Amino acid sequence: MESTAARISQAEPVPSQPPCDDSALAVRLRAGDEAAFEELVRSAGGRLLAVSRRMLGNEDDAQDAVQESFLSAFRSLEAFDGRSQLTTWLHRIAINVCLMKLRSRRRKPERQIGDLLPEFLEDGHQRNPSRPWNPEGDPGIETSELRAIVRARIDELPAPYREVLLLRDIEELDTEQTAEMLGMTPAAVKTRLHRARQALRALLEPLFTEVQR
Amino acid sequence: MNDRPNLSCRELIDFIADYLDGSLPPQVRSDFERHLGVCPSCVSYLDGYRKSMMLGKAALRDYDDARLESAPESLVRAVLAARRQSDKA
Ligand SMILES: [Zn+2]
Repeated sequence: MESTAARISQAEPVPSQPPCDDSALAVRLRAGDEAAFEELVRSAGGRLLAVSRRMLGNEDDAQDAVQESFLSAFRSLEAFDGRSQLTTWLHRIAINVCLMKLRSRRRKPERQIGDLLPEFLEDGHQRNPSRPWNPEGDPGIETSELRAIVRARIDELPAPYREVLLLRDIEELDTEQTAEMLGMTPAAVKTRLHRARQALRALLEPLFTEVQR
Repeated sequence: MNDRPNLSCRELIDFIADYLDGSLPPQVRSDFERHLGVCPSCVSYLDGYRKSMMLGKAALRDYDDARLESAPESLVRAVLAARRQSDKA
């Protein structure tokens, strides 16, 4: 789909260093060239750490995930086909590592998705009509605090919904890539993403609408 | 002239993701927009949906932007040491 592809390429983070010749680097990596490993870890490490922090929200876990991701990549260098950038390939590996870490964590009780979706009357109207959102949110909340609250709300989403939201809206994988990574159909990814966004909307709504008593 | 929307609020809300990524067929898209013209509740719903997406992105993206330089030296060294270790094993 064109619009999705356009969005992805637009959103592709700018590499922190000028792109190197990936296939040449891959050849050196496969040959076990020590300097090549160091080059890759230095050039891609920051980006992998950023992904891992976003997904895991905790510095120690994030650094562990970076290490695991690189080791996993080094073990499977043969699988790198050179069609994508090394950084793109590493990004996917890191997402997988983070997903596994998320899944192995003991989860706090999560919200039920059904409680976070809008309810409708028989005639198709919302049971509780939506109220306008004020643009800035609660003026008593500072920006950094708001970010922390939003992160905490994302964390409250039921895991299958949080995963899709993280992969699609935060890591900006496309529907097909997300489906492949999570072992779902693209149609199921779309439905789940929509519900995840609706649920996040419901969790954030109290911050942005007038408090009703 | 019939001002009654062809879509119910429930249908509109179901279509939001497709609306935002531009994949609604033109006829449905125009029904969607016509509904928005007469339904403040759906306008608010859509607005909150969009803002939530942006807030999510901002919350997690800004979190790293400030620190998105390179990995700490200690991490780089740890990765390289672990690789040499696993090479020997
Ligand atoms: Zn409506």
